[in-house]
Amino acid sequence: MLQRWRERITPTDIIMWSIGGAILALMIWGATATLTMGRYSSHHWFDFVIFGLAQGSIYALIAMGYTMVYGILRMINFAHSEVFMGGPYTAYFVAAAFYSSGFLDRQPIISLLVIFIVSMATSTLIAVLLERIAYRPLRNAPRLVPLITAIGASFFLQYTFRGLYGSGFQAYPVVKILEGEWLLGAFRILRFQAVVIVAAALLMAALYSFVQRTRVGKAMRAVSEDKDIAWLMGIDIDRMIVTTFVIGGMAAGAAGVLYAVMFKQVHFFMGFIPGIKAFTAAVLGGIGNIPGAMLGGIFLGLFESVGPSLFLDGLGIVAPYQLKDAIAFIMLVLVLIFRPTGLLGERLAVKKA
Amino acid sequence: MEKRKIKQNPRVWPQGIKIGLIGGIVEVLLALIGMVEAFSQRDIIGQVISMGHTLLLLVAVFVGYLAAKRTARSEPFGVVVHSSLSGLILGGLLALLVIGGSLVNLRKVFINASPALFKLLTFDWTIGASMVLLLGAGTLSGLLGGLFYLRPGLTRRVWITSLGWVVMVGVLQDLLRPTFALWGPLAIINEWLFSANGLTLQGAGSLFILVALVTTFWAKRGRAIQTGFRGLSAARQRGLRITGYILLLSLLLILPQVLGLFLSEVLTIVGLYILLGLGLNIVVGYAGLLDLGYVAFFAIGAYTLAVLTSPELGFFHLSFWGALPFVIVMGVLSGVLLGIPVLKMRGDYLAIATLGFGEIIRILVLSDFLRPWLGGAQGVGKIPKASIGSVEFATPQEIYYLILAGCFLVGFISWRLRDSRLGRAWMAVREDEDVAQAMGVNLVATKLLAFATGAGFSALSGAIFASKLGSVYPHSFNVMISINILCVIIVGGMGSIPGVVVGAMALVGLPELLREFAEYRLLVYGAVLVGMMLLRPEGLWPEAVRRRELRQGESIEKESESSSGPQTE
Repeated sequence: MLQRWRERITPTDIIMWSIGGAILALMIWGATATLTMGRYSSHHWFDFVIFGLAQGSIYALIAMGYTMVYGILRMINFAHSEVFMGGPYTAYFVAAAFYSSGFLDRQPIISLLVIFIVSMATSTLIAVLLERIAYRPLRNAPRLVPLITAIGASFFLQYTFRGLYGSGFQAYPVVKILEGEWLLGAFRILRFQAVVIVAAALLMAALYSFVQRTRVGKAMRAVSEDKDIAWLMGIDIDRMIVTTFVIGGMAAGAAGVLYAVMFKQVHFFMGFIPGIKAFTAAVLGGIGNIPGAMLGGIFLGLFESVGPSLFLDGLGIVAPYQLKDAIAFIMLVLVLIFRPTGLLGERLAVKKA
Repeated sequence: MEKRKIKQNPRVWPQGIKIGLIGGIVEVLLALIGMVEAFSQRDIIGQVISMGHTLLLLVAVFVGYLAAKRTARSEPFGVVVHSSLSGLILGGLLALLVIGGSLVNLRKVFINASPALFKLLTFDWTIGASMVLLLGAGTLSGLLGGLFYLRPGLTRRVWITSLGWVVMVGVLQDLLRPTFALWGPLAIINEWLFSANGLTLQGAGSLFILVALVTTFWAKRGRAIQTGFRGLSAARQRGLRITGYILLLSLLLILPQVLGLFLSEVLTIVGLYILLGLGLNIVVGYAGLLDLGYVAFFAIGAYTLAVLTSPELGFFHLSFWGALPFVIVMGVLSGVLLGIPVLKMRGDYLAIATLGFGEIIRILVLSDFLRPWLGGAQGVGKIPKASIGSVEFATPQEIYYLILAGCFLVGFISWRLRDSRLGRAWMAVREDEDVAQAMGVNLVATKLLAFATGAGFSALSGAIFASKLGSVYPHSFNVMISINILCVIIVGGMGSIPGVVVGAMALVGLPELLREFAEYRLLVYGAVLVGMMLLRPEGLWPEAVRRRELRQGESIEKESESSSGPQTE
């Protein structure tokens, strides 16, 4: 037994494991140092965790779109970040009109609902057009070709929106009922963060149960499993792919409004960073796997917000918050070293992506 | 036959209408994103037509052409009806935009829906008159497109090429004018061709006729010249080829002197991208490892040079050439080091992990944590220029030679590597990892060598980049660079060395030339990327093998055609 083990371990494995081990050791050391230092109280940690959860659930919603498209078409939909941007940016004008007419303050729930619907509809429209124009003709092209198309579409959409709505930051109107705090035992929680978390959780649950429980969802899963067999079973492949883009677009549009509620501004370039993060989250969870995307998103959000203070402060690194993205990506590489197919993904990577 | 006609007819009408609607939406979008207005600053032909109007007209004519192609095939009456109809619809949508603009203030949402835009669309006529104008112009251009479709192929090609040249020269006038002015006697061209804004009427006319003549001549005689060349003896063919190479080389050598400062600067940027593209071509094109963090090695090269040479940091005071070996060693080492963790990952996992590496490097360099060593957000300055003897590579025109030498070196290495044992191993890994391993390819060594070679090339270009700018900033090394390089090699043709050159010229050179339209540069870039991939997925200058793979169906058809051709005769 031991003999076979020794034969199978190569020098590269040893190097990889030692890199991973070293990073882990550093993390543990940093964490214990920070915790013993006692600079942050439990309230701080609670704030970090809530912020991380809120941001993570936004990532998770976007990541669902990435992962579903990947599952069905085996392509990185690079333009998904623009699907995410287009919705809230368009809905901004509705929100601004509501705000200036006073409707937003009088009927906040209804106006928020309308804003959500406008944003989701726009994002869905963009996603469907994208599929029809840019991806459908390339169904059978080599793997990198649709990737380049997606990158091109992403540029095109970004600058189209810039041309349409202008290049400045637009401040999203403040919804009064979402300001302030709620008390949760001894802890305070910012209202909008709580709302973001709850709304994202509800949406994810709804979309997931749609995919898991309904007939259409079943057909979608069948198509992502094996297109040819699904076709033989009488499933309309094109329609299922469009449905996938619709669901991804809806999730992204909703995530966009949540993002705007949280950061209170929209911009034509706002999709880029969350898009990359969400894609990272999808890969982290195992791409093609919907629960994996959710898990990956929340995991990433948490690490980004808790990580810098937890691991880096104790190591005596200045301005640790600048390194939050580096932490997120190091986590990603670390997870992929030990699990090359992500947290929950197994089958896909073996099947040759 | 009859059955088919009946079946086709009801589908034909919606087709024409659909194309008209799509074209109309495109035109409205062009107007609303401000392209029409911005482009109207510039005249293609002075006082006659502006770039904005040219754009609108071209789209309308193209829509008419498309409608003709999609519907009536070759029946003249149908073509005329359908193309004018689609043009009418297109004009109608623009008219709707104008009406909408006059009724409500669109500017609240669409910032480019300005009075100036509507003035451009209506020529300041009254609403009624401008409606007639827009509908009429739409119908006419659609009709023109349809009639154009009915012309024989050669006429079409000649018209497209000549008009294309006129438009192109008109667009690039600001670049061509100073370039011609440099050439002493040739400065006369300027006066003939250009007015203060746009081409002169006689200039445009003569350019059109000139290009038309050349195109016609080449279409009629080109094949004869080609077969004539093939008919020559092998030795003479070779001689001609070598003469061609020598001519090309000498052209490359005198290019910066001919082109002037700005164009040389563009050339150096293109050259840097060629260097980077050749490196990534080894990783992605040869070995099939999708690397989205390639910029990391570029950054490592640039920063290694900065740390080793800059007096601002003051650790070392090497010269450019003294530091260069260290830069390349550092690049290769980091290639191996970042390659090891990703050895087991495949496809998109690899892509995102490498993208992560690229970002980690950039963030680390940017952070205050490493500031004492790498300069943080302020970067590192005072990087010395490279020099040989007393010749210093300082201006773009001089750095061009440095980059040219680098390109030749790297191009030569990757050309020789391609058919080597290692190169064949890379391609085996690209085609199928598992089969390659079964055939005795050492996956670990092969992949690491690919990463290392690519990283070495990238570090080299990073060093040249740093010495060209004289300083390095973390912001020069973001993900977009990696993505752009990937686009260059795929648009050029994956795995093909001339493809990298063509790709870099098309995707880096052209946008640089159009810098004055900066706002719409990336928009057009994106649209071109999508269009390219839809129309020519194999790239502009693909590797022979790949072209055959991707165009399998067509080439088999062609082969069977050509093989059956002589028999039937």
